[in-house]
Amino acid sequence: MSGKIFVPCDAGAIAVGADVVAHAIQEQIAARRLDLKVVRNGSRGLFWLEPLVEVETPKGRVAYGPVSVDAVAGLFDAGFQDGKNHPLCLGLTEEIGYLKNQERLTFARCGITDPLSLSDYIANGGYKGLQRALGMTAEAIVEEVTNSGLRGRGGAGFPTGIKWRTVLNTPGDVKYVVCNADEGDSGTFADRMIIEGDPFVLIEGMTIAAFAVGATAGYIYIRSEYPHAFRTMQRAIGLAYENGYLGVSVAGSGKRFDLEARLGAGAYICGEETSMLESLEGRRGQIRPKPPLPAIEGLFGKPTVINNVISLATVPVILEKGAAYYRDFGMGRSRGTLTIQLAGNIKHGGLVEKAFGLTLRQAIYDFGGGTSTGRPLRAVQVGGPLGAYFPESLLDTPLDYEAFAAQKGLVGHGGIVVFDDTVDMARQARFAMEFCALESCGKCTPCRIGSTRGVEVIDKIIAHQNRPANLQLLDELCELMVDGSLCALGGLTPFPVLSAVRHFPEDFDKPAPVATANVGGRAQETQQWR
Amino acid sequence: MGQTSTWDAERALSRIRELQNLPGALLPILHALQEEFGYIDQEAIPLVAEALNLSKAEVHGVISFYHDYRQAPAGRHVLKICRAEACQAMGCESLVSHVEKHLGVKMGETTADRSFTVEPVYCLGLCALSPSAMLDGKPYGRVSNQVADFLIDSARRHS
Repeated sequence: MSGKIFVPCDAGAIAVGADVVAHAIQEQIAARRLDLKVVRNGSRGLFWLEPLVEVETPKGRVAYGPVSVDAVAGLFDAGFQDGKNHPLCLGLTEEIGYLKNQERLTFARCGITDPLSLSDYIANGGYKGLQRALGMTAEAIVEEVTNSGLRGRGGAGFPTGIKWRTVLNTPGDVKYVVCNADEGDSGTFADRMIIEGDPFVLIEGMTIAAFAVGATAGYIYIRSEYPHAFRTMQRAIGLAYENGYLGVSVAGSGKRFDLEARLGAGAYICGEETSMLESLEGRRGQIRPKPPLPAIEGLFGKPTVINNVISLATVPVILEKGAAYYRDFGMGRSRGTLTIQLAGNIKHGGLVEKAFGLTLRQAIYDFGGGTSTGRPLRAVQVGGPLGAYFPESLLDTPLDYEAFAAQKGLVGHGGIVVFDDTVDMARQARFAMEFCALESCGKCTPCRIGSTRGVEVIDKIIAHQNRPANLQLLDELCELMVDGSLCALGGLTPFPVLSAVRHFPEDFDKPAPVATANVGGRAQETQQWR
Repeated sequence: MGQTSTWDAERALSRIRELQNLPGALLPILHALQEEFGYIDQEAIPLVAEALNLSKAEVHGVISFYHDYRQAPAGRHVLKICRAEACQAMGCESLVSHVEKHLGVKMGETTADRSFTVEPVYCLGLCALSPSAMLDGKPYGRVSNQVADFLIDSARRHS
């Protein structure tokens, strides 16, 4: 049997040269007439070490990284194909502290298997959850997910089991399962990684969801900024059909489930579930007022389960190992694991799956190693563009839905963006409003108009025009947006804005910079980006 | 960029017919037309409207809502630079200024020789490798000014 060399095919690894490295390794194998096979695996999520190349040895997989194309010949000369030492050698992959100290349940296979090998998937525990689910009633599956304490990982944190029960109890000739893979929050990439690194786990999770609620068809809505993820998902769906894991009789059960991946078209708002439904139905991604809940009247007016990628990809392990196993991880009402994504100005950026309860400080320093620039940390934004900015003094907040809410922040999808002391928080507050103006669907006035007014008033504050009155106005505008917006975009944009004002008041009290005098010109520039 | 052909109503109709029976077919059809021609020609609007039993206004409304759909052809190469928070934390704004200066255009514009269109994007999911960019659908992480110059110059040489 030939040995294996693993080079990730994750878009993050490709972004730093994995394709070229894989090609160079193939050339060396051919030139040296070695009996080795290159496997394109998912990423382990240690992005500062990408491209992270692994070699299979009798002791386990040995990691080398970051491997540049220039280093490849030297690695072969040193005998890396046999796991021998080299300056880039990181030892056994599983022993790398960053990985070893994680609790990988959802990401158990990501980075280990070939994402498009169904036999790899099954050999590594895949489809065990479905197998168990097939022997259970729909009611029992919903009960299991409810008891696991799983809450929506997209950001809202709504209990998944309760959502499923509503769909199960709603009569309907047709029901749907829709996976929200419109991962638009900056600082997040967990959905992308799992789709590119272990797509079958999402297919399995959606299949279980379908059987739990009586749905026969599903859609995965993937954002167009993720072309690699979309291609991988389409191929995985094709393979699942060819092997009887999708279609008229899933795994010989006699139960039907059809699945299709759909591509978004560049609209942040389509990550809001009702906008996503509109988009899937072929319309502008404008939000729908609730009620009716999508669980009762969702896609094409039918009862619909809508869950985030990570929620659905976590279902197989819950079914396989039982609700109690999953529930035992975590703290308070946040059960199980959170997929933390360390991003921005961070030394060791990547994916950390860990039980809820880790503090921000532990995530950023114990795993992340502090800032990438080496300068002091000044601000941290958790939960994407709608998440609050926290100062150093709040870093001991544990990653837990309730603990974050108590600090007027949100865990969201688990993205943590670190900024060093060069950040200008007035600019960040302005960007939050600007982004809302750019991405507002236009349905409700507080969001559509409020965000543009927000940019203008922050520009006036920056330009030193009547600061106390304009800060007061900003506060009132934010209150209106929170209370009056139809969805989370307008309703949460004030979080980053007000947290910047509250925690970093000195940045709103600086002398006016010369460049911001032309307020009107800037607003026009914003519009131009569309 | 993938090879695109010039506008051809017959070709457009055949792409529309392939997809028109999908539930919620409008976005897949618009993606197919843009993939085929590089943009969505005005003349495509009545064809799509007719096939899906929609008004022309509804089709136009969808095209104009989504950032992805182009109503005019882009340059031969499309460079998207991430301008979201994680990339801001790693200085993407100075990368944007550098690229604008190098190409002599502002974000959202196409160079006079039509070789490059440069656009902002709000997150490519490469947030642990900021600043990031995408050139003709290929992702790039840790894009310094020098890397950006190299990417632009080598793309120009190959087209």
